[in-house]
Amino acid sequence: MAFAAFSSTSVVAEPAPRKKSRIALFLLLPGILYLVLFFLTPLVSLVLTSLQAPREFGDIGQYDYAFNWQNYVQVVDAYWPHILRSFGYALAATVFALAFSYPLAYFIGVKARRWPLLQSLMLVLVIAPFFISFLLRTLAWKQLLSDESFVITSLKALSLMAPDAHFTGTPAAVIFGLTYNFIPFMTLPLFTTLERLDTRYLEAGSDLYASPFQVFRKVTIPLSMPGIVAGTLLTFIPAAGDYVNASRDFLGGADTQMIGNVIEANFLVLQNYPAAAALSIILMAVILVIVGVYVKRSGTEELL
Amino acid sequence: MAASQFADSGADLTLVGIQKRFPGFTAIEDLNLEIPAGSFFALLGPSGCGKTTTLRLVAGLEEPTAGRILIGGKDVTSTKPHQRPVNTVFQSYALFPHMTILENVAFGLRRRKVSDPVNRAHEALRLVELDHLAARKPQQLSGGQQQRVALARAIVNRPALLLLDEPLGALDLKLRRQMQLELKTIQEEVGLTFLHVTHDQEEAMTMADTVAVMNKGQIEQMGAPEALYELPHTAFVANFLGQSNLFTGEVVESTSAVVAVDVAGIRVAVPVARAQRHAGAVTVGVRPEKLAIHRDAPPADSGTNVLGPGRVIDVSFSGVSTQYLVAIPGAGTIVVFSQNREFGPISHVGDDVWISWNVEHSFGLADVPDEVQRFAGDTDTKSIAAQRREALIAELED
Ligand SMILES: Nc1ncnc2c1ncn2[C@@H]1O[C@H](COP(=O)(O)OP(=O)(O)OP(=O)(O)O)[C@@H](O)[C@H]1O
Ligand SMILES: [Mg+2]
Repeated sequence: MAFAAFSSTSVVAEPAPRKKSRIALFLLLPGILYLVLFFLTPLVSLVLTSLQAPREFGDIGQYDYAFNWQNYVQVVDAYWPHILRSFGYALAATVFALAFSYPLAYFIGVKARRWPLLQSLMLVLVIAPFFISFLLRTLAWKQLLSDESFVITSLKALSLMAPDAHFTGTPAAVIFGLTYNFIPFMTLPLFTTLERLDTRYLEAGSDLYASPFQVFRKVTIPLSMPGIVAGTLLTFIPAAGDYVNASRDFLGGADTQMIGNVIEANFLVLQNYPAAAALSIILMAVILVIVGVYVKRSGTEELL
Repeated sequence: MAASQFADSGADLTLVGIQKRFPGFTAIEDLNLEIPAGSFFALLGPSGCGKTTTLRLVAGLEEPTAGRILIGGKDVTSTKPHQRPVNTVFQSYALFPHMTILENVAFGLRRRKVSDPVNRAHEALRLVELDHLAARKPQQLSGGQQQRVALARAIVNRPALLLLDEPLGALDLKLRRQMQLELKTIQEEVGLTFLHVTHDQEEAMTMADTVAVMNKGQIEQMGAPEALYELPHTAFVANFLGQSNLFTGEVVESTSAVVAVDVAGIRVAVPVARAQRHAGAVTVGVRPEKLAIHRDAPPADSGTNVLGPGRVIDVSFSGVSTQYLVAIPGAGTIVVFSQNREFGPISHVGDDVWISWNVEHSFGLADVPDEVQRFAGDTDTKSIAAQRREALIAELED
């Protein structure tokens, strides 16, 4: 659904050329079947599960279908700090990833145009981390930033960090991990728009008395809005639901648990399936609302 | 504050020894130019001769490899584009696609914090008759409309120096004439300096105070339109600005009054003052409309050049005048424009005729026209294919 933001034109069914629309329908069939099977069915099942009630005199993990909407009240009541934290971390990671990726993408897409070889090389470097599982990479960061690591001991030796302070297990570590893991997702869409950026508009801007900063703010940023929207969505949405970085096994600690960790724990440990389902639906709904408002506000419909 | 934001008058522009090299290509070679404040200067030249590059250098969008640029006496060579009192109407328009027409036009005003940008922008749009489209985006406009918006966006700032890169190229004849008038009015009203690049020599001649003809990154000749037309200095200018008949021959006579060359055994004279060279092989030219056609050999006269007899090989009627092509042995094919003072042509294809003109109308060139094509260096697919075929034929014959 979030990907509707990337489609340039909505599909309009033209009644006139009958044959054409039938072919279009035929071509759409596999996609529709796939969505019904792997998106709609689990979604319905998820909604139904979220409304289940515990079986009377049953074991732990035994539930019956019901209309137990109080589940939602209960999970919000119990987990609202996690929900808030998730979106806070995701927002911070998105902002940091954007701040890091924009100059990078600008350099690769605009400045490096004159050197195609350098351009491809840098693109490969951006994508290269994908060749290694992100679990391994996140674990590696845990090692690199552990209390005994060279980085932390050096910082402590230089008195830049308190002797009894930690990095892993803190919110900063989780946000760092999220930022790191989603930088390619931010950089690539930014690159694709900036690569097509017509520098003659920038020249026109500076010819019309705009300083380099004003050109950036008034011309470059608006023209790269499609990339910014795509990149932030591709970062924010998965980051909000991420349960790896914030997990205690990776970069997180006891008080950095995000909604993904709670869902995981409810499904796999506590076997409280309705709570986990209700949380998932809340996560989905909040993301939908945020994305909807964001896409509407950024006014990129016609640029996309 | 607002009024002082606009230039009270134009600024003069001086280019000193400008050279511009792109990797592996010299676009401009030692360009010297002086444009007085408040003048309308037209830059005319064939495609690819460096006109746009010159404007980009003045606007600061390109850095010269060597040389200096002075605007209003101030050296701006190393200043940034936004610091120069210059606006450009770009050949590619470069209208911001994410802004409305109105915001496009108001952009420069807003950057300089001029008061009341919206009303001024509307005013500029009214000038180019596009105010009713102010709320649209550039993609929703036709090419000619976009061009007028580009014009309004630059002119609204009343810059001391306005650079126009073929600003009227996409307009139909009527609109073009109208815009020419508007431009001229604005330029004269405020006394701004216009540097106007165009392909259209008629436009250059009617609008400009000074016309410069550019060729291969250098200015071949510049001056008042009339002077340039009546007394071209090089074969390139003679042929680029209007049409010319050129005759090359050795100088056979050189007095204090005239220089005469030998063209296929006939003496062709040019006044000394109108000849750039006085010895060796000299090319003498004359404009087609200065020629007269005679059915019988005209009497010899020291004030008249006579060529002939030749044969009329083509007659084409074009309303006001008729164009005759006359082949004269040894002198080549000569173009004659003759006013249609009578009904019907005065000669017909196949007639034997003589041609004469006043010696005063001759001009002597500084160079000899080269027979090579102007675009001989081009390697388009067609010429590559032709070369391949020729090479193949040559190989097969061996
Ligand atoms: N960035 C560049 N790199 C290399 N060569 C360039 C560059 N820009 C322009 N040139 C070359 O410089 C020459 C002059 O270009 P310019 O754009 O000034 O021509 P022009 O006179 O404006 O032509 P037209 O009338 O077709 O617009 C051309 O041969 C062009 O190929
Ligand atoms: Mg050009």
